[in-house]
Amino acid sequence: MPESITMEVWRYRPERESEPTWDSYEVPLRKEWAVLDGLNHIKDQLDGTLSYRWSCRMGICGSCGMTVNGEPKLGCSTFLTDYAPGPVRVEPLHNFPVIRDLVVEMGDFMAKLPTVKPWLVGDDEPDEDTEYRQTPVEMDDYKRYSMCINCMLCYAACPVYALDPEFIGPAAIALAQRYNLDSRDAGAEDRRDVLASAEGVWACTFVGECSVACPKDVDPAGAIQRYKLTAANKAVRDLLLPRGAR
Amino acid sequence: MSQVRLYRPPVSLTWWLRKPSYLVFMLRELSSVFIAWFVAYLLMLVYAVGSGPGAYRDFLDLSANPALVVLNVIALAFVLLHTVTWFGLAPKAMVIRLGALRVPPNVILAAHYGAWLVVSAVVAWVVLR
Ligand code: SF4
Ligand code: FES
Repeated sequence: MPESITMEVWRYRPERESEPTWDSYEVPLRKEWAVLDGLNHIKDQLDGTLSYRWSCRMGICGSCGMTVNGEPKLGCSTFLTDYAPGPVRVEPLHNFPVIRDLVVEMGDFMAKLPTVKPWLVGDDEPDEDTEYRQTPVEMDDYKRYSMCINCMLCYAACPVYALDPEFIGPAAIALAQRYNLDSRDAGAEDRRDVLASAEGVWACTFVGECSVACPKDVDPAGAIQRYKLTAANKAVRDLLLPRGAR
Repeated sequence: MSQVRLYRPPVSLTWWLRKPSYLVFMLRELSSVFIAWFVAYLLMLVYAVGSGPGAYRDFLDLSANPALVVLNVIALAFVLLHTVTWFGLAPKAMVIRLGALRVPPNVILAAHYGAWLVVSAVVAWVVLR
């Protein structure tokens, strides 16, 4: 194994340059080092001006999403040795405006997320000592979607989101389904207007790259296709059945 | 946030060549044009059949035109692409439970291809009989 690896890092400092540039750094190549460790080495030892986000360094907080050799990845779970002998090219996540270096602006997602009401909607408030019971089978229905860490890799992988920024996107829909499919939730009807709109599931043309990119195996593409069937079913029922029988 | 000058990376014109899945996405979008053509072609056939033997013969002559044959072969390829990718996502959309067990995705996929086969066989029987 070589001693070191070259990291080519995308730089954008709005006060200095109007167009992004690339900077190259030599960092030690160690088998336990992820791309994030390489960036930390650069920041601590070589160039303190580099900006990027991270927190947990263990694939839980979702803040270290970046583009590594063209693919959306978590910096903390992507190992430098997998890219030896290099170079490793690190860019900000695609499909988002860039604030500085590897730091992107996620305000768009933050604005869209509450529109799908990602919380348990109750018919009425349970009294304090009510237990919500749920069987393992019922929990299986939504558990996968509850693993989302809001890392935005799925948005970076989605060409539909790149072309149509109004699309509410993979993670927001997966999170809506996380609650729709929860036996304790009664909010499916409230979420339907947003989910079943042209900017909702119908914008998706099943590229499937969101599920490939997702580091938590959430399968947002599956969540979207599943809701398409639900929405279509509901629309047909609305058309054909009298109100009481829907 | 207003004082921050955001950089918006341009979307390159050839982004869809970056990955096979992006290319398939573009081809599937394009396939809708050929599906529309097949619908129009079928309506032309129905119209010709309804207008008597002469019109039907003209329609057959038109269909034998090499240019139209080439067009129809290309259209068939796109329609097949559309169908195969459509079936590919069906198991994702359909979550069927039998009691506590979930019907495995490949069973749902196989059922779709089975149904396709049956419908094609019926159509072939009606046409070739
Ligand atoms: S669905 Fe997956 S890729 Fe998308 S934000 Fe959630 S964890 Fe990240
Ligand atoms: S630093 Fe938290 S997910 Fe990578």
